[in-house]
Amino acid sequence: MASTHNGAEGGMPDPIHQFEIKRLLPLELFGLDASFTNSALYMIITVAVTFGFLMYATRGRSLVPSRIQSLAEIAYEFIAKMVRDSAGKAGMQFFPLVFTLFMFILIANMISMVPGSFTVMSHIGVTAALALLVFATVIISGLIKHGFGFLKLFVPSGVPIYVLPLVSLIEIVSFLSRPVSHSVRLFANMLAGHITLKVFGGFAVMLIGSGTYAALTPLPVFMAIAITALEFLVSFLQAYVFAMLTCMYLNDALHPSH
Amino acid sequence: MATPDNTGTEIPHDGAHPVAFPPLDGSTVAPQLVWLAITFGALYLLLSRIALPRIGEVIEERRDRIQRDLDSAERLKGETEQALAAYEQALADARANANAIAKETRDRLAQRVDAKQKQVDTEIEAKVSEAERRIDETRTKALTSVDEIASGIVGPLVANLVGTSPSDDEVKTALAKQSD
Repeated sequence: MASTHNGAEGGMPDPIHQFEIKRLLPLELFGLDASFTNSALYMIITVAVTFGFLMYATRGRSLVPSRIQSLAEIAYEFIAKMVRDSAGKAGMQFFPLVFTLFMFILIANMISMVPGSFTVMSHIGVTAALALLVFATVIISGLIKHGFGFLKLFVPSGVPIYVLPLVSLIEIVSFLSRPVSHSVRLFANMLAGHITLKVFGGFAVMLIGSGTYAALTPLPVFMAIAITALEFLVSFLQAYVFAMLTCMYLNDALHPSH
Repeated sequence: MATPDNTGTEIPHDGAHPVAFPPLDGSTVAPQLVWLAITFGALYLLLSRIALPRIGEVIEERRDRIQRDLDSAERLKGETEQALAAYEQALADARANANAIAKETRDRLAQRVDAKQKQVDTEIEAKVSEAERRIDETRTKALTSVDEIASGIVGPLVANLVGTSPSDDEVKTALAKQSD
């Protein structure tokens, strides 16, 4: 067991160690590895915190909201406005989906800022699954609503006929690459942010134990503090961007003709 | 290998010690996705069935309440304006009424004065004509008396002068001839 304590192997703490999946409760369902992992634990915490917060905030159902109730209402109206603005009134049928995505990602990211916790969104599999969920929702609801008319999405109006094949090809490629960019953006941001945090934290730990150079310790500490603030921003921003892009993609499903 | 970490085509490795970069490790994708499906599905159901309707209800209720209050304020404002208009109408009516009454009174008084004037005028006229008639009468009577006096005087006068007294008829004829 080389990487037991914090992955410290050669003095420098391993910044990758935090992303390791640990099987807390090995489990197999229908030949599928369904082990209860640390990731699953944090997903459950995320769900509990999200639902608990919203229910606790609205327990009074007061006409004049308390501070915490205002917070829940702001989140609600923030997402509702986002959906309405970018996907129109018809987009409101997807409001619960977008709200769940936003809150799940936001709370998971916020919980990941607690030192020693696991970052659910730092695994490409998770973000890819969420992005594919959106992708599938767009295609299925688009086909249900417009049938073959959904393919108009790839045929922009007002384009001369001789460049149309090229434009359509580009549209198709860009459409297919959506889930990739959608998922990688979130995953890479969270991964890189937490690695950077860990690296600067590691520097501080290394410096403080290095005799003369210990005087330089405040530098990486300040950096870590600054990056912590930045990471809080990124955590929110990535949840926002993910929800925003979801709305824009859903808009395509509802209004395929450009 | 108590638990099957290698679910499929991944490169086989020891489960306890990750060889691959953990975030891209294919062997841990399956359990993550299983639990993602469970937790995300649960969160979706909890939010869409319970939490979101609850928040939406509160917001909706507040919006309704504010709208109601605004509506009633609007209604009350309308009522105030109506009352004000009614008051002004009543004021104008009363003023017009007062004017009418004043005019009527004035007219009536003027009429009465006119009638009285006319009556007095006629009375005066009647009195004047009566007086004139009496004056005429008196004058005529006086004139007749003059004739009588004259004839009364003429008889003795002639008798004194001529010695024969003329008859009454002769005197009258002579006097009538004289006065013509």
